Amino acid sequence: MLSILTAVGFMATLGLLLAIILIVANRWLYVYEDPRIDQVEDLLPRANCGACGTAGCRPFAEMLVKGEIEPGRCTVNSTEMNQVIADFLGVDLGAGEKRVARLACAGGDHVAGMRAAYQGLHTCRAAALVSGGGKGCAWGCLGLGDCEVVCDFNAIQLDRHGLPVVDESKCTACGDCVDVCPKDLFSLHPVSHRLWVACKNLDFGDEAERQCAVVCTACGRCAQDSPEGLIEIRDNLAQVDYGKNALASKVAIERCPTGAIVWLEPGGLVLKGRDARKVIRKEALPIT
Amino acid sequence: MGLQSLFHRHPTFEHGIYPVEHKELTADKPIRRLSFAPELVIPLAQHKGAPAVPLVKVGQEVVRGEPIARAEGFVSVPMHAPATGIISAIERVPTAEGPKAPAIRLKVYEAASQQVLYDFERDLEVMTPDSIISAVQDAGLVGLGGAAFPSHVKMRPPEGRTIHTVIVNGCECEPYLTCDHRIMLEQTDALFRGIRLAMKATGAQRAIIGVEDNKLDAVAHLRKYLAGEAARDPSAASVITAQAVETKYPQGAEKMLISSLLGKEVPMGGLPADLGVAVYNVGTLAQMGDLLPKGRGLIERVVTVSGPAVEHPGNFMVPIGTPVRFLLEQVGLADDVGEVILGGPMMGMAVASLDVPVTKAVSGVVALRQEDPDLHQRKVYPCIKCGECLKACPISLNPSMLGELAQARQYPRMAEEFNLDQCFECGCCAYVCPSNIPLTQYFRIAKSINRDLANG
Repeated sequence: MLSILTAVGFMATLGLLLAIILIVANRWLYVYEDPRIDQVEDLLPRANCGACGTAGCRPFAEMLVKGEIEPGRCTVNSTEMNQVIADFLGVDLGAGEKRVARLACAGGDHVAGMRAAYQGLHTCRAAALVSGGGKGCAWGCLGLGDCEVVCDFNAIQLDRHGLPVVDESKCTACGDCVDVCPKDLFSLHPVSHRLWVACKNLDFGDEAERQCAVVCTACGRCAQDSPEGLIEIRDNLAQVDYGKNALASKVAIERCPTGAIVWLEPGGLVLKGRDARKVIRKEALPIT
Repeated sequence: MGLQSLFHRHPTFEHGIYPVEHKELTADKPIRRLSFAPELVIPLAQHKGAPAVPLVKVGQEVVRGEPIARAEGFVSVPMHAPATGIISAIERVPTAEGPKAPAIRLKVYEAASQQVLYDFERDLEVMTPDSIISAVQDAGLVGLGGAAFPSHVKMRPPEGRTIHTVIVNGCECEPYLTCDHRIMLEQTDALFRGIRLAMKATGAQRAIIGVEDNKLDAVAHLRKYLAGEAARDPSAASVITAQAVETKYPQGAEKMLISSLLGKEVPMGGLPADLGVAVYNVGTLAQMGDLLPKGRGLIERVVTVSGPAVEHPGNFMVPIGTPVRFLLEQVGLADDVGEVILGGPMMGMAVASLDVPVTKAVSGVVALRQEDPDLHQRKVYPCIKCGECLKACPISLNPSMLGELAQARQYPRMAEEFNLDQCFECGCCAYVCPSNIPLTQYFRIAKSINRDLANG
């Protein structure tokens, strides 16, 4: 009987002691955390993609509550949801324009040939390390789909010619494809940048055309009548000055003889000029 | 040798592999010259460090040996015209690494005598270490074993380090390659002149020539030469020694050779200079001994052209910038060539285009046939944790673990916890892997991504 009492008494004392420690700890070591951080985090998509520029959704929520960043910076959330956060915190939505990833290459396997067959790990990064990957154009897309794999939002799909196509409605501009592409073909642009040079080839004229049918040959026709230096030829490549994006029109695509300059309509339609070379071929080019 | 080697093993390093050598194809073929290619392509970045800056203009005539590009800073070397001709273009050309890089195109004059007219005598006796170092840079010398690291940079050790030993790397552990073997046999005079120059420049008191024991004829030849020298001048005796080491891949890697010859390990992340050692390839030193007294620049190198798809394999003195296509046409190429590799088959680079030129770093051109079993893609199985790769890795990494991490895309962790950056991509792990896991390729991807992350 006594042993039971001893045990119960001992446990009760021990429990009391630990409870006191916990109470003291709770008083002295308490860290106040704004409850709004949790509430805001619940309103975020929790994709942890980093598109807003922070490490993830929690740090983004912390910065939101401190007022250091605007809710509109989250590109994954819908605008309505961001508005809910803005109303909840009593701040402006802020928000820039929606940005998307754009691919600076139009050379699918039916227009741009391979000069060697690559064998090995089926990733662009690995192929690029073996003598550039075997594509005839040293700057072109290798078509092994590292970007498709890395995209958390399923916004990139390879088309039948092995060229990634970005779904603008799904793209959140998180920048993962920009980082993963060994040829640095992706860049993030506001959707209003409709005029697009889908090429990075730095060769000139015939040499460039030998490598790809849809190449910028640096002929300069687009730059000739572009308003106020909107398009310039630098380094054998047409480059659009997006600071003058308001001047961009479909004139440039009409000038391009190969169809390397395109106009990207909302909804994913890619417009080429009427005089651009027609590509009829559907199957892949043979290895030369 | 056979039985004898059972009782007497030459010094060696731990781990490593024994690939089939295939050296019999070219080992007894003396170094020959071929005709000049109609056009030479000289990339401006053939070495580690800053690319050279062109000194010539399009349309300018140059004589053989004339400088055509200057070094940009200390870690850089100049380029010299490999032939008399006219500069036809300075433009981007395909390179073995992949991206197109700026290069000088030189149209060779067919009727020219191709004498090196651009040179001056140097008196080696009066040269100070500093003047040797600047002369080595002016000669455009880089590590001809394949690393292409500017040679003069290694002559000036980091602050607080002194060099006491020059190790001369005559291992040539890559299969097929025999150019260093031939250099040791045929350019012995120049080689020893180069060794003495390197010793003087670095202040080293001794030099050891390390040669794999599949080239015992070269060891005997070098020892005979040294004995002859010692007979003439007893004071010079035993400063330079020739030492056979076991034939094992990658014996020719500088850290492996140091551990074989000196029994010491270069500290992790350190340089051979931390042990007071500088390592030079025999080809580099032979060129140094040949070029410096004449005041010339590096315009040609010995290249082994070999492999089952080559009709007349051999060792050739090839002008820098010769297109690989021309070189292979000269030796005869089988119709069913499947792959062309610059360098040896273990660490060399398969090229995507035969238009790439022979650069200062290209020690061999190996052409394999299409039916070569090594070219067939093998099914990759999961890692069975057999540990063969751990037994093969010469620097005792854990390739199995690194491979698993690479498949999980944990690239930074590979570098932080498993010393990925120490890997020099010798390929031993992938060679022994029974599951055919392309480990070396995984590591190259990981390093490339880590480099990108570090550069933002």
